[in-house]
Amino acid sequence: MGLRTFVGGVHPAPSKGRTGDSPVVTAPLPQKVVIPLAQGGAPCDPLVKVGDKVQVGQKIGESQAFVSAPVHASISGNVTAIEPVACPNGRTSLAVVIESDGNDIWLNTTGGSSLDAMSPADIKGLVREAGLVGMGGAMFPTHVKISPPPGKSFDAVIINGAECEPYLTCDQRLLVEETESIVLGLKAWLKVTGAKKGYIGIEDNKREAIAAIKAAVTEEKDIEVVPLMTKFPQGSEKQLIASILGREVPSGGLPVDAGALVQNVGTTYALSQAITAGKPLVERVVTVTGTPLKKPLNIRTRIGTLFSDLLSFCELDGEIGKLISGGPMMGIAQTRADVPVLKGTSGILVLSPQEARPLPERACIRCGRCVDACPIGLIPTLLDQYCRHEMWEQATQGHVADCIECGSCAYVCPSKRHLVPALRLGKAEVMAQRRRKK
Amino acid sequence: MADKNILLSEGELLVSSSPHIRAEETVDWLMWQVVIALLPAAISSVYFFGFRSLFLMVLGVATAVLTEAAVEKALGKEITIKDGSAAVTGLLLAFNVPANAPWWLVVLGAIFAIAVVKQTFGGLGYNFVNPALTARAFLLAAWPQYLAGNFPLPLDTITGATPLAILDGTAAGTLPSYLDLFLGNVGGVLGETSALALLVGGLYLIWQKVIDWRTPVAFIGTVAVLSWAFGGNGGLFTGDPLYHVLAGGLMLGAFFMATDYVTSPVTPKGRLGFGVGCGIITVLIRLWGGYPEGVSYSILLMNLLVPFLERWTVPRVYGTKSAQA
Repeated sequence: MGLRTFVGGVHPAPSKGRTGDSPVVTAPLPQKVVIPLAQGGAPCDPLVKVGDKVQVGQKIGESQAFVSAPVHASISGNVTAIEPVACPNGRTSLAVVIESDGNDIWLNTTGGSSLDAMSPADIKGLVREAGLVGMGGAMFPTHVKISPPPGKSFDAVIINGAECEPYLTCDQRLLVEETESIVLGLKAWLKVTGAKKGYIGIEDNKREAIAAIKAAVTEEKDIEVVPLMTKFPQGSEKQLIASILGREVPSGGLPVDAGALVQNVGTTYALSQAITAGKPLVERVVTVTGTPLKKPLNIRTRIGTLFSDLLSFCELDGEIGKLISGGPMMGIAQTRADVPVLKGTSGILVLSPQEARPLPERACIRCGRCVDACPIGLIPTLLDQYCRHEMWEQATQGHVADCIECGSCAYVCPSKRHLVPALRLGKAEVMAQRRRKK
Repeated sequence: MADKNILLSEGELLVSSSPHIRAEETVDWLMWQVVIALLPAAISSVYFFGFRSLFLMVLGVATAVLTEAAVEKALGKEITIKDGSAAVTGLLLAFNVPANAPWWLVVLGAIFAIAVVKQTFGGLGYNFVNPALTARAFLLAAWPQYLAGNFPLPLDTITGATPLAILDGTAAGTLPSYLDLFLGNVGGVLGETSALALLVGGLYLIWQKVIDWRTPVAFIGTVAVLSWAFGGNGGLFTGDPLYHVLAGGLMLGAFFMATDYVTSPVTPKGRLGFGVGCGIITVLIRLWGGYPEGVSYSILLMNLLVPFLERWTVPRVYGTKSAQA
């Protein structure tokens, strides 16, 4: 039987060899962390002030808004500033700056519980209190994601172990090293949503991860491990649902409309940590890699650690051309290295000046590669023209709002067209028009 | 503390939109792949029609490239001759004239193809009809005496009718064997006669994923079916499809001209429809039209239908029931 997959997509070189087999290491405790108060949904209000002493796991930001997740101190020490900082997702956020006291004192928590002892409502409460957000990058508050709107429900939960972005290996390592925790986390998602069936989708080039998870779920009737074709963007929510369930999320709809809850591996691990150890989300695994680094690693990192500290730890040896938060296909290029690791920072990728050199953009030769590559079924080259010429009506009819900005079109383009920024612009304009009409 | 070289100030890092990696294929690579794929046919042309064939091909390429450079220089645009597209056009134009054509015919054709058909509309990517084929149509209209009628026969100094003209009944002569047709040992224009050489080049392009298989398969398949159904004298399904497929410019047109990116649809189903349309028009012209051969006009006519084909073959968007628009 062929591997399950979706229509379209591209095959960039995986480039995971340098970190795929290297076990997660723990970074030395940072001397300083910068914890933005906007990490998923509405920005939090600070619960501490300059001069306060804080402990690890102490809640330092909270919001009254439903679509928001609290933030916690990730090291113990003194709050030295509360100031706006640049974040790697391109936003500016008020942040709590903590100088370490070097002692790593954790707040006295309940010490954890067991999944069996918890009701679905308990789990949902814990998800919010632990500050869980989508750790694949989008940082959407998880307690909102697991609360379906009235009349809708989940019948399947999918753990997204595709990790289709080249270079990134943090999810792969968690699947191998924290297998039991991931399975426990999945069971918790099933319990909280009432879904019948759980799936763990993993691209078939991650053999070790597939074997580890398969061995762990042999007794579980409701959990299925699904090896997927190695193809980008296999880990995109919509594509993963199509690959595994053979269903599609309706255009303009949400995954819940297809009955599916897709959860990131890191988020699932964080949930099991919250359940068993009572730990809120204060650390995550980040893949720090790229040719200018002598020692690329998967690093267990406290949230708020500066990129520059991690680059030093990985022994930067050579010039940086581009510094990217996330993977090379959808990551965000940074203007500076002193930005903090967020809950959604899955990777820090450094490209050499040679790898990052800009390629001249040429006229479209209409080869149609972008049409074949688009996993949504758009005609990127036409949308590119519409968006650049502000032909919003045509762009709307061409479903520009359905673009997932995966970059497959631009990846294959022989003319090296800047398709993603053009479509992103059109998407923003069309969505704004839609909101104005409402 | 972080190392000094890590704390970059703003402006030192390159910042651009994702994706941050790109596939290796470039426009230049694609176009030179086409040139490579045309080489077997070029070599067989020299073998069958002699060094005059080589002279005309070099002349076509050189004129096309020089014209492109001259027009771009005059318009103050970037010189793009190294992308190989002008070379492809020049070579394809030479492929469309017989070995005994006067040298100035090739020069005029190449100038027309590049200066009028391609650059007037903005250069590579913007022309709406195939430059080499449009130039051929122009030459055929202006100097039919050189492009219709008797063509040089291979390995010989005399001229004779093309196989399709004999089949059509417009010229007298004996039909060459399938083997001669396949190898290219027949009369015709420079690049069209050897089905074998063109097949080798075409399959190479499909293998390299330079062209989509849909266009040539649909084109050749349609010609085979329709010529089998309607091409015989003894009623339906008495035609000779193999002969129609191997003779004339079908192989050249199906693999190298109908697959021209710029002037064919960007949608997969559109390319399929484009091939079928080319096949239908080719057979219409061959069986009932005034010319023995219809490949080049079929492609030119279908070029004009590309916007419609693209509108009719919009892919289904994920999460929607049917195709948009």
